Amino acid sequence: MYSQGLTDAKGQAEPEELMAEFQAKIDREEKIEPRDWMPEAYRKTLIRQMSQHAHSEIVGQLPEGNWITRAPTLKRKMILLAKVQDEAGHGLYIYSATETLGVTRDQLTDELLTGKAKYSSIFNYPTPSWADIGAIGWLVDGAAIMNQVPLCRASYGPYARSMIRICKEESFHQRQGYEIMTVLARGSQAQKDMAQRALNRFWWPALMMFGPSDKDSTHSAQSMQWKIKRFTNDDLRQKFIDATVPQAEHLGLTVPDPDLQWNETTGHYDHGEIDWHEFMQVIKGNGPCNKERMQARINAHEAGAWVREAAQVFQQNQAKSNSEAA
Amino acid sequence: MSEMKLYEVFIRAKSGLNHRHVGSLHASDPEMALLNARDVYTRRQEGVSIWVVEAEKITASNPAQEHEWFDPAEDKVYRHPTFYPLDKEVENM
Repeated sequence: MYSQGLTDAKGQAEPEELMAEFQAKIDREEKIEPRDWMPEAYRKTLIRQMSQHAHSEIVGQLPEGNWITRAPTLKRKMILLAKVQDEAGHGLYIYSATETLGVTRDQLTDELLTGKAKYSSIFNYPTPSWADIGAIGWLVDGAAIMNQVPLCRASYGPYARSMIRICKEESFHQRQGYEIMTVLARGSQAQKDMAQRALNRFWWPALMMFGPSDKDSTHSAQSMQWKIKRFTNDDLRQKFIDATVPQAEHLGLTVPDPDLQWNETTGHYDHGEIDWHEFMQVIKGNGPCNKERMQARINAHEAGAWVREAAQVFQQNQAKSNSEAA
Repeated sequence: MSEMKLYEVFIRAKSGLNHRHVGSLHASDPEMALLNARDVYTRRQEGVSIWVVEAEKITASNPAQEHEWFDPAEDKVYRHPTFYPLDKEVENM
């Protein structure tokens, strides 16, 4: 879900014996660790998937950061601050894990800021009302958890370990979002309408987070074989829908899909067609907030340059005075 | 500007336990590494003590030689108590 729009690194010729041993290790559910031998395509696929995941956590701070100064109460403000701080932490855990594959943090940052790397399409949607903060926690973090829980068993050790940490922290995110929605849904008519409009805005983009439909997803098979993906996009999406629709009904909110219907035979909800054209547009950079998000990251990076420089100079001066003292 | 140094972070969850590796981060000096480690890795009281170590100062065994390196211990089953059968009458030892 964090590598929604890109094609896979093409498998290149690797020593057959090593390849067989590598796959056998994965089949035995043993983890691959940073200095172990791995096929180049595995490394590349992981770097792409993990860095996009990390970028998503970092850019994901922006839609919610929008409401920190305007949260309705001090309690909500403290909760939101903690959540946004968590997102920064999650980005850092995954960046660290990605660096164990032999890329530098500067490279990763550069790829994000130059637009070479992608991040999840969902963060290119605006958050015009407070209820959107509820919808994001409930739906966006809910979808993220659906995807991240199986990643706790990913074959690459550092990735799996960062996911375990993240999943532990993430469930608070989803619950606080659902609580925001609950309060609004049980409030005045105006508050209820606000909650419904937020659900309308975020339902379809949340479904798109799982990536293209399986029939259009080109690199699933290899990633499944390598166990850096455990379920297909459509399977995870279906799980999310099945879990979320009753939660909406519980609040008296209506999922904005006229074709949504419980299917007795399959034991799942049938749903309407996703607007894949919109999805592709957002991936390509033409979503409602793509430019704004990138500009915010670039500004933050540039405005922070003097801090990084000062820290380096401080360190050099410390080292110098230490060696003089000695 | 060159990238800041990489530090590995170890946290003791509570007294009585070992420090355990939790991840890494970049910082310009050890003090900053400690502060960042606190903010990144202990937001929910995960620790009572933190160590940070410059990653490049760590000397590690070579995973490609895992077998040769550790195999001297492989055939020494007599180092384990279960190697020694006990008569049933002698219950615990």
